[in-house]
Amino acid sequence: MIEAVGLTKRYGAKTAVYNLSFQVRPGLVTGFLGPNGAGKSTTMRMILGLDQPSGGHVTIGGRPFKQLPNAPRQVGALLDAKAVHGGRSARNHLLSLAQLSGIPARRVDEVLGVVGLQEVAKKRSKGFSLGMGQRLGIAAALLGDPQVLLFDEPVNGLDPEGILWVRNLMKQLAAEGRTVFVSSHLMSEMALTADHLIVIGRGQLLSDMSVKDFISANSADFARVRTPQTEAEQREKLSAALTEAGGQVMPEPDGALRVTGLPLPRISDLAHEADVRLWELSPHQASLEEAYMRMTQGAVDYRSTADQKAGLMQQPPMGAMGPVPGHGQQIPEVPQQGFYAPPPPQPGQHPDAQGTPAPPAAAPGGPAPAAPPAGPTTSEDAR
Amino acid sequence: MTTPYQQQGAPGASYTSPIPVRNTHLGDALASEWTKIRSVRSTMWTLGVMIVLMVGLGLLTASLVAAADPDLEGQSVLSLGFSGVLLGSICVMTLGVLTISSEFGTGMIRTTLTACPSRGRVLAAKAIVFFLLVFTLTTVTTAIVGALQVGIVGGEPSGEDWFRATVGVGLYVAALGLLALAVGALIRHSAGAITIMIGVMLLPLVVAIFMFSESLRDVQEALFQYSIPNQIGVLYDSAVTTSGPTGWQPLWIVMGVTAVAMAGAFALLRTRDV
Repeated sequence: MIEAVGLTKRYGAKTAVYNLSFQVRPGLVTGFLGPNGAGKSTTMRMILGLDQPSGGHVTIGGRPFKQLPNAPRQVGALLDAKAVHGGRSARNHLLSLAQLSGIPARRVDEVLGVVGLQEVAKKRSKGFSLGMGQRLGIAAALLGDPQVLLFDEPVNGLDPEGILWVRNLMKQLAAEGRTVFVSSHLMSEMALTADHLIVIGRGQLLSDMSVKDFISANSADFARVRTPQTEAEQREKLSAALTEAGGQVMPEPDGALRVTGLPLPRISDLAHEADVRLWELSPHQASLEEAYMRMTQGAVDYRSTADQKAGLMQQPPMGAMGPVPGHGQQIPEVPQQGFYAPPPPQPGQHPDAQGTPAPPAAAPGGPAPAAPPAGPTTSEDAR
Repeated sequence: MTTPYQQQGAPGASYTSPIPVRNTHLGDALASEWTKIRSVRSTMWTLGVMIVLMVGLGLLTASLVAAADPDLEGQSVLSLGFSGVLLGSICVMTLGVLTISSEFGTGMIRTTLTACPSRGRVLAAKAIVFFLLVFTLTTVTTAIVGALQVGIVGGEPSGEDWFRATVGVGLYVAALGLLALAVGALIRHSAGAITIMIGVMLLPLVVAIFMFSESLRDVQEALFQYSIPNQIGVLYDSAVTTSGPTGWQPLWIVMGVTAVAMAGAFALLRTRDV
């Protein structure tokens, strides 16, 4: 059990973590998410007593880390795969850590076997790949057979086999009743591994709930409705009927409609009443990634902008395109937009959208690759 | 997993390791630091070069003296080991800095302090292991070199001379290395700390040599007297200056300075974020 109360860390004028309170419970894999620079690593360092909090406190099993009797037997941590002396062999590295906490040397060979590094145990870790470094770091964390485990980005650089192994390892460790606290940027991985999520942005707690609750609270589930493409008036009729019934309708560039606020059977009923045939009526469930993007879009510090390649174009279409998405953000319901093919508002790409919540029916935010079903297709069509 | 883990499953149930937990002490940290210092190549290189320099230069000067004129004008034959020790101590200072600053440089310090949150114990263990290793090696090497020099040149150094030229020099060089370790812990940067230590070692002497003004005569004299090469010379009774520290005094001086630097290193390591 890890418990943080009002945890705050300031570096000079910059506040890295502010008033963070959360609990990490045993028996569950708890994911720790947040954009780059959100304060995840700082928080983990404070849990381990490496950084002194400017305010608040954090305890493990009721005690600060530094006061735990034989701390490495209670808490294991992987903070940074490269935090080893490259000139030392993997086995000697682990041996020195084992000796520090009175762990017998045969346990070193044991954990080397667990992470699959027996073959290179005598090799200097300088030559290790990032994935091998991660395995060595995981071995160090497991060395003391601790009941609390912290992993900072454990799957970075691992091969698919290694990712699967880490996923199962986390689950197994949690199933044994341990407290497992994992930070990661790989949402798909977190969706498969974590039971509970703690999300921070700009050093503050954004969310602390189970993965299922998180997705349903932050997702933009919608229905995709497609009418026969040959008959444009049917589409108009349906979208009028749906809007009247209280739904929100967004056109997609390929002619489909994106409907939120109405359940699927109701959409079907309305279409039937309006005498409109449907070619498609499909539910679209948001992934953890989309939910995460929506939640953190206001808290992202480092954001890329789309490469418009305007300088390379002979006839810059920017004059036409530029204002439209901004305009569309105020009135996302305007269905005609779809014909001109500017993308549905993608708040991530416009600096003025920072911090303002996107309209409910908007594409689930972020740069293009973030939302596979809608994002890439729309922006490509736009060009 | 090869350990027999029980599947407890239910959330809320806490895990207890089948491996018994015992309290740790300084001895564990000493074992760990011994593993660390013997398992990196920089230790082998710096100490190897130190031994080669001490033996090589000691034998070279001894044979040159023996070939030319074995009259040492009252100097002990053991003082021929001086130049080897002077250069060898630079290797020791490098190792002293690297012992701690390589942990900061690689980030290993975070792993170490996670495995042992009592930071004072880690630094103390490092200091003890390093000091004993350097002291033993230096004392043994100077004794061997001294014996060879007596064999080549001849002469009968007194017991006091022998003691100061072996154990005394061993303690002095090890304390100098410990000072470097403390500076490494304060600076946390290998190149910076090594530069500072080389400066501390050589700069006073170099500055004093080029101090021509008459009004600075006293300063020049003090710089000569207390420069590290001269202090090592004092241990051999072959100092450049006639006044200043004598006998065992250089050892007390370097130990005092090292104690202050180590106290600073302890205080800062305790409070700083790593």
